[in-house]
Amino acid sequence: MTSQMHAQPHDAAPGEGPAAIELRGVEKTFFSKSETFQAVKRLDLEIGEGEFLSLLGPSGCGKTTTLRMIAGFEEPTAGEILLHGRNQVGVPPYKRDVNTVFQSYALFPHMTVAQNVAFGLERKRIGKAEVHSRVEEMLQLVGLADRGERRPQQLSGGQQQRVALARALVNRPSALLLDEPLAALDLKLRQAMQVELKRIQRDVGITFVFVTHDQGEALTMSDRIVVMNNGLIEQVGSPQELYERPKTRFVAGFLGTSNIMEGTVTSYADGVAVIDAGDDGRVLVPADDSAVGDQITVSVRPEKIVLTHGERPSGDRECSVQGTVSEMVYLGTSNTYEIRLNGGETLTVLEQNGSTAEATARRGEKVWLSWRPQHSLLLTGAPADGTGAADDAG
Amino acid sequence: MSRALPDDDVRISPLRQRLGRLTGYWLALPGGLWLAIFFVIPMVYLLSLSLMTGDFINGFSQTFHVSTYWHTISLYHDQFVRSIIYAIIVTLLTIVLAYPMAYWIAMRGGRHKSTYLLIILLPFFVSFVIRTLQWQFILADNGFVLGTLKHLHLVGSDFHLLATPVAVICGLTYNYLPFMVLPLYVSIERLDPRLMEAANDLYASKLQALLRIVLPLTVPGIFAGVLMTFVPVASDFVNAQLLGGAKTTMIGNVIYTLYLTNNDYPAASALSFTLMGALLIGIFAYARALGTKDVMEAAAL
Repeated sequence: MTSQMHAQPHDAAPGEGPAAIELRGVEKTFFSKSETFQAVKRLDLEIGEGEFLSLLGPSGCGKTTTLRMIAGFEEPTAGEILLHGRNQVGVPPYKRDVNTVFQSYALFPHMTVAQNVAFGLERKRIGKAEVHSRVEEMLQLVGLADRGERRPQQLSGGQQQRVALARALVNRPSALLLDEPLAALDLKLRQAMQVELKRIQRDVGITFVFVTHDQGEALTMSDRIVVMNNGLIEQVGSPQELYERPKTRFVAGFLGTSNIMEGTVTSYADGVAVIDAGDDGRVLVPADDSAVGDQITVSVRPEKIVLTHGERPSGDRECSVQGTVSEMVYLGTSNTYEIRLNGGETLTVLEQNGSTAEATARRGEKVWLSWRPQHSLLLTGAPADGTGAADDAG
Repeated sequence: MSRALPDDDVRISPLRQRLGRLTGYWLALPGGLWLAIFFVIPMVYLLSLSLMTGDFINGFSQTFHVSTYWHTISLYHDQFVRSIIYAIIVTLLTIVLAYPMAYWIAMRGGRHKSTYLLIILLPFFVSFVIRTLQWQFILADNGFVLGTLKHLHLVGSDFHLLATPVAVICGLTYNYLPFMVLPLYVSIERLDPRLMEAANDLYASKLQALLRIVLPLTVPGIFAGVLMTFVPVASDFVNAQLLGGAKTTMIGNVIYTLYLTNNDYPAASALSFTLMGALLIGIFAYARALGTKDVMEAAAL
């Protein structure tokens, strides 16, 4: 298992030979008559053998362009793409040992399912008997053993998706590239396919590079996630790491819900910066380097916050702010609250529905919000959605 | 829209329902009438004419003489075969010329696609006869092509193109090329470019992708193009008349002469029907051989 618990893109496990895929200083600029568009600004990334890696980001962040460069459909403007240590720049797609599962599946409509799956093997001039047995085996793996003679258009969306997967995997590529393969499926099927894909990836042990804009999908399946924005990598890490310790405003906002606050450091000591707002509250943030007067951005996840009445809480939940409940939504297993702070910002709080189904607070009530300092996250960079900055300014 | 859904509050009277069900037929009526009056009736009349005997001076009478058919076929057998051969050659030439053009426009045309198509269609804005006459000028014995070649002593001074099969086939190919380009363009244009990428991804080179994916999926387009060139080319008479000579006479010329010069209406009608029958049989055999139904189903999806 090469899943890494470090956030740096450069530390594939040492001493294990070359990474399955390595991108070095990859850039891609599209030129048209009137304008140039820099889809990928600079990318350094190592993908380990057998790893399930997701490229996650909003549309236009460069994730699909990156995948298409690995597949060979686009050539990088600068940089190198290495497969098992060999540079692939300039190698046409049909000579690269990677296969792609397309978002639209791109199954050949004039061939049967079995002919579709056999297409790659036949190009490789593998014996008829072996092609046959490998196609059978692969259709078995994706649960379509009895559909080999059908035409792709006679199958459901989910089944077509499996054919696309089988058609790529049957070639035993050194990496499988998946371009939002689940986007066209409905929610139930998508969730089932997420589990299925993960199982297949474990079974075959092939490196998967999975492009998605769906953070839930990325969190569920990936060993590591690369969060991309504007053609750059924002952060690389395991799902847990990215969720628990996002480094930038963008990552915090893109993965899950985040409460983002801004404030001025009033004191800094022992790696903890403090924003003290007197009676309105006090927020402690672990920070490697800070100074009094610094303008900082702090995030805290809604489920880390505890909501209480009355006195200002004490104990290990040293961060506490006061506010008024402006909205309460019952979600079945949980309640969410919108709390308007005295400072003007609005925080979201998620409270599990425990033994009592009754909500802890009602609209208009004065409450205290508190959390442990280690759940305060210091963020850098611009917000995920451009609108956040103005709203959150406190 | 024939029936209200059970939970639909809007009730539609039974009469309206019945009329509604007939909507499709009402819409087809004008076109259907047009076809009945201007296509079916002349065809029936032509058929009956082909079975008459007599001459222009004394009038024709219906005798159901089938022998006119055998008679004309044995008399104009050469022109008949020549027309079919020319049509086959011209059709093949237009496919070879049109496919790369259509492919290029569909795949690389970008936002200028319609401009390129317009350029291909531009000759249509000039009369068919004038266009063909231009070829007469181009291919003339001392026209600028042969004149130049002769001047450079690249061909002998008695070399000529006009009145040869080459001239007729050139003219036909030129005139019918757009009829091949358009259906090919339509079928190539609607191919999902991802299919080619998928083929490339699965170790097929560009050429293999073209042969294994693009070509089979555009068979319906080729079929439509063949229909639109082969049939009119086989019955064309303008090109043979303006560019050809005595040895390039096509069946169209024969029918034209029989009808308008000799006024032998039964013979002309019989030949027309023979030609139509031959073309229909040929087309059906061709569709069978290609398995067009299967392919059309695949391409429609």
